[in-house]
Amino acid sequence: MKRYTIFVISENFIGILNRITIIFTRRGVNIDALTASESSVNGIHRITIEVTTTEDMVIHLTKQIEKIVDVINAFYHEDESVVYQEIALYKIPVAKLDAGLEKIIRQHHAKIIAAQPEFVVLELSGHKEQTQELLEILKGYGLLEFARSGRVAVARRMLTLENILT
Amino acid sequence: MKDSQMRGADIVVRTLIEENAELIFGYPGGAIMPVYDALYDYHEQIKHVLTRHEQGAIHAAQGYARVSGKVGVCLATSGPGATNLITGLADAQIDSTPLVCITGQVASHLLGTDAFQETDVVGISMPGTKWNIQVRRAEDIAPAISRAFYIAKSGRPGPVLVDITKDAQTSLAEWNYEKCLGFRSYKPQTPISPSAIKEAAFLINTAERPYLLFGQGVVLGQAEDELKAFLDKTGIPAASTLLGSGALSEDHPNYVGKLGMHGNYAPNLLTNQCDVLIAVGMRFDDRVTGDLSRYAKQAKIIHLELDPAEINKVVKCEVPVIGNAKVSLDLLTKACREQKHEDWKARFRELENQEKEQVIQNDLLPSKAGLTMGEVIHNINDYKADDAILVTDVGQHQMIAWRYFNYKKTRTQVTSGGLGTMGFALPAALGAQLHDYSRQVICVVGDGGIQMTIQELGTIMQTKAPVKIVLLNNNFLGMVRQWQQMFFDKRYSFTELDNPDFIKIADAYGIKAKQVTERSQLKEGIEDMLIHDGPYFLEVVVEKEDNVFPMIATGSSVEEVRLS
Repeated sequence: MKRYTIFVISENFIGILNRITIIFTRRGVNIDALTASESSVNGIHRITIEVTTTEDMVIHLTKQIEKIVDVINAFYHEDESVVYQEIALYKIPVAKLDAGLEKIIRQHHAKIIAAQPEFVVLELSGHKEQTQELLEILKGYGLLEFARSGRVAVARRMLTLENILT
Repeated sequence: MKDSQMRGADIVVRTLIEENAELIFGYPGGAIMPVYDALYDYHEQIKHVLTRHEQGAIHAAQGYARVSGKVGVCLATSGPGATNLITGLADAQIDSTPLVCITGQVASHLLGTDAFQETDVVGISMPGTKWNIQVRRAEDIAPAISRAFYIAKSGRPGPVLVDITKDAQTSLAEWNYEKCLGFRSYKPQTPISPSAIKEAAFLINTAERPYLLFGQGVVLGQAEDELKAFLDKTGIPAASTLLGSGALSEDHPNYVGKLGMHGNYAPNLLTNQCDVLIAVGMRFDDRVTGDLSRYAKQAKIIHLELDPAEINKVVKCEVPVIGNAKVSLDLLTKACREQKHEDWKARFRELENQEKEQVIQNDLLPSKAGLTMGEVIHNINDYKADDAILVTDVGQHQMIAWRYFNYKKTRTQVTSGGLGTMGFALPAALGAQLHDYSRQVICVVGDGGIQMTIQELGTIMQTKAPVKIVLLNNNFLGMVRQWQQMFFDKRYSFTELDNPDFIKIADAYGIKAKQVTERSQLKEGIEDMLIHDGPYFLEVVVEKEDNVFPMIATGSSVEEVRLS
């Protein structure tokens, strides 16, 4: 078992996400994280799926996704061959702010992106290991809420969306 | 209303006509009524057959599509009408049958409100369709349906569903039909790699015991002539999958029989003795391979396949040749040497003789009193036309009919292969027959399966489709009973049936019927049926507890195929 990122380039078609996810459901494969968003080209969506499975299975899944009529392209990469990033938000009560916390924020290169009388919201972008590390620390600071995105990723090889589309 | 404008419902029917749909199967209801209203005006250009259940409509459309090579079309209303199509969709999806199903949907302002007969058809049908779409505006109808036809029949064919809200059917739009010729995200054909052909040809030319397996891909790709030419030149023995039957005449000298759980002895056993295995338009179904870890491990495998997702899906191949078999077989024939492989083919004949002695003889010319399913098919062979279509249901009779029917022409085999849908045969035979009234369509069905869709006798009555129905009645769910006997210690749990008087039922539908209980009546019964002008119902009471052999038990290897 290994961690893979599956990239899907698709038409912006109603139900496309459903068609993709049922491929995983049917084979009992859990999606670790999924991000869907409009791409740099109008009308084209980009979906990034993180999955932990065997190579045989990720090949099989990718081919089945590619087979979907409204999918333009699907391919997968191992972690080493993608540049990826996740974003995490942490809600901390103001009462817990102290010099120690300031040091943690600096060390982790996190930033405060919103402040309310009762709480502040910290943001950290990075790999899951990094956002997780900060999460563990902030649990000691009365963490109120935590949210983390799925990964967004680009391949390390020389590839443009335009290449894929043509 | 501008002259060029028309109701969405009219657009539906006009688009179907533009797509050359001549015959559609369906069942009306609230949300599809505007389309039915439009059909009333176009009855001269497009024929509609009212089945007795939506499942009957879709299986009929499948039967029609299988024998004609055209797209089968069916219509149903929203909610239960649409959900009744699901079995047929799943069946067509797994057997790659091109279908366009049009379902009515509640008006768009009611979507998601649990309105009367509302169900999420697009959601429910998603895993069982190649593509589906909901249309909520009249102007989107023609593009959706033309795209649906294109998707259904191109590439690896499959079922497509178009769900149309009632308001889209009743509102007006410009007639903007344009035939779909392709679109960005969908590449149904892959150009064939010359290097793959070269590698494959090298393996074939240097092989000592090459062996070819062909499936329905040959039929779907219209590659029958190319297959024959390849075999003629290379001398390679060839075996058929269930759905491949008919793609090559069984009289061809290279034809060695059928693959799979109840296929022939030699084709299964020798899979594990060939050195190069050429799989053409088949997908290594588990019923063909048996235990994968002991399947053709000694062989180098060449896979000729249109669908890239099938490559290495279950069996890893040495050389994938992605593309239409019609083209790839032609290229391969040119690249391969002329050979005979007589000694290797003789091995198949030796084992065939063994199967004849131990199984076939007893099936076709039994010495016991009770009638066997095999002798019924054997007698049908004597009287049938060369291009007769055999439609079967699922179970023992299906395997026996497939084993013994003498396939000579392509598109003469109609059965539920991948899904194994009981109840498929009767409506599918109706659809096959309605494509061509002059063809002989023989529907072989068991007493279990026929009762799942027996209401379609009503459609046969109404259309006067001259289907020849052969009911092989053993008063058992025979295949399940066989498994209970072999693997569940003869604990016949809920497999014995108290059946109705089928002759009276056929009679009630005005279908000429006859029951055969004795061997002496069999020939005459079959002859009478086949010469009868109109539908005919022949019930043959067969031995209650006969088994189908050869058999590869679940979990066994192809080389462990049993003769008893």
